Amino acid sequence: MNLTVVAPILIPLATTVLCIGLWKDRLMQRVVSVAGAVSLLGAAISLMMATDDGQIVTTNAAGWPAPFGITLVADTISAMLVLLNGVIALAIVIYSIGAIDRKRESFGYHPLVHAVLAACSGAFLTGDIFNMYVWFEIMLLASFVLLTLGGERGQLEGAIKYVTLNLLSSGIFLAAIGLLYGMTGTLNLAHLSIVLDRAENPGAITAVSMLFLVAFGIKAAVFPLFFWLPASYHTPPVAITALFAGLLTKVGVYSILRTFTLLFDQQMEITATVLMWISGLTMVTGVLGAACQFEIRRILAFHSVSQIGYMLMGLAVALYAMARAQPDTEAARQTAAIALAGSAMFLLHHGIVKGNLFLISGLVQRLAGTSELKHLGGLVKTHPWTGVLFLCSALSLAGIPISTGFWGKFVLVKSGLASGAFALVAASLGVGILTLYSMTKIWAEAFWKEPPETMPEPPPVRGVADRRQVACMAAPIVVLAGATIALGVFVDPLYRTALRAGEQMLDSQAYQRAVLGENYDRAVAGTLHELANPAIPGPTPTPEQEDKP
Amino acid sequence: MNSIILRTATRFMLPLLIIFSIIVLLRGHNQPGGGFVGGLLATSAFMLYAMAFGVPAVYRILRLPLTTYIAVGLGMALVSGLPGLIEGSPFLYGQWVGFTVTGFGELKIGTPLLFDIGVYLTVLSVCLLILLTLAEDS
Repeated sequence: MNLTVVAPILIPLATTVLCIGLWKDRLMQRVVSVAGAVSLLGAAISLMMATDDGQIVTTNAAGWPAPFGITLVADTISAMLVLLNGVIALAIVIYSIGAIDRKRESFGYHPLVHAVLAACSGAFLTGDIFNMYVWFEIMLLASFVLLTLGGERGQLEGAIKYVTLNLLSSGIFLAAIGLLYGMTGTLNLAHLSIVLDRAENPGAITAVSMLFLVAFGIKAAVFPLFFWLPASYHTPPVAITALFAGLLTKVGVYSILRTFTLLFDQQMEITATVLMWISGLTMVTGVLGAACQFEIRRILAFHSVSQIGYMLMGLAVALYAMARAQPDTEAARQTAAIALAGSAMFLLHHGIVKGNLFLISGLVQRLAGTSELKHLGGLVKTHPWTGVLFLCSALSLAGIPISTGFWGKFVLVKSGLASGAFALVAASLGVGILTLYSMTKIWAEAFWKEPPETMPEPPPVRGVADRRQVACMAAPIVVLAGATIALGVFVDPLYRTALRAGEQMLDSQAYQRAVLGENYDRAVAGTLHELANPAIPGPTPTPEQEDKP
Repeated sequence: MNSIILRTATRFMLPLLIIFSIIVLLRGHNQPGGGFVGGLLATSAFMLYAMAFGVPAVYRILRLPLTTYIAVGLGMALVSGLPGLIEGSPFLYGQWVGFTVTGFGELKIGTPLLFDIGVYLTVLSVCLLILLTLAEDS
């Protein structure tokens, strides 16, 4: 049990270390990198199986009991996202073997990718808010270097925006942690949840929660704070963009989901309103931004923003349903669980599909020599299979039936209608149509129309080396496109898992019990200090007891 | 910098500073100090050497590339957590071995020390990598 929870963090860390040790040996780095990604996927699957019966698996680092030490917690949503981490890891690493140039590879590309993976696993699994900050920082540093690796002009320009806004977010995050710690005296999420539930001034807590929302919102790229994302995503090599789009924003969304279900459930009517506005505006601005772009990767980057709105929509609807039905009625809880399940499904769906679309844009660039829609055309004749793969992922993103995107949106819309959040549902459906518009734009321009005269001579694919390169790029795309269709057809296990994740997120008490273990009763009674020195009696010894001989 | 005073002094200062950094590393278990501060002190020792004898001289006395030191340091810190997993204890759980040294008393060596040495090496090599790269450019 101990190892199951730690392994998804340890494996990428060990891979990073080994790759740094093999700095000069590019071939061995590739071997270690692929082996590390395969083991990470294996560890993620075993974690998924360990949490399969609805159990919350925990381990206390160095044996310090919660809430004093750092606890690692894996419930269903964490396990799902760690699994996404493993899938994306393997896809990216194999794709990189074909796509990443020699210069980047010999300047630490592989160790940095695995450092990002370790940080994502850590952020998904930690049960301690300060530890989460530390993983965020590791992620920021590693991703910053990945973004600038190669040192092209556009990369540096994008990276400056990326790092400035993300540093700001880290500062706000740290300040919010400080305020929270000052108010409660604890950093453990489960213990915080207990203490905050009985706080006397919920207004102050909601104020702090908004600080967290801003901090995580910058990481997740939500409505007023998303500008760094379209400014930076199209600059680095495609494999890096796919890693960022598949994973990094998910960490921000996961943190919002975790903190607003576990910690900040005091004034749900306020947080629900704020989140509904944010989620709706994020969807709309993202998709409108995408509509006026004409380079594949820029379109996809703006779409990432738009889809973040859907992920938050589940949380907003859940909080709205719960807030409207005070005190908790069973029906509202059910709706909230389904809404959160929609968020969980969407997180998984978007990680796979958006990551894959970026990978496809890289393949198009490799095969056709450009990813500017103006200069592209006729790919459906020259590369029909690339067209099929693009179509699978693009239609899934737009939410066409029999794909994960359809089911994700279906669950969200269903719960939205059940809770009465009609405006948000309308926005999400409208945005779905605009998404379809953008995707058909890429299809029509790049694949369908007659090749324009400005289309450059495509780089040739000749010889074994070139074929192997293209095969390495195509293999993960085929698997990911297959995954989105397969998960759409056999949606039942996915939905069950997501629903369990949603129910667990609403059941704070189960989380608290699982994390705090035998200290749970003391934490609830507020007598944890007895553990430090059992000789000191509790806070109120009665006079009669003292008088007794 | 071409100064015979600096060169002569540095020959004596380098071992002294490194010994001092190791003392700080070892006392860090129960008192102020530890791997991080020790690593920074050792960095200053090597940077003094770089000022007196030039950057290539530092690479010569280090023998191995700095990335190897980083990997060894990080690896030690990572490996120090694994013995804790024996007997089903959690990751990073401290495991200790005690033995008696004549004329000294009981000596206890455990995984936290291994972790600290790993931190020491990592801090030393990362700081040196940054500083020496900057020094080379100028």
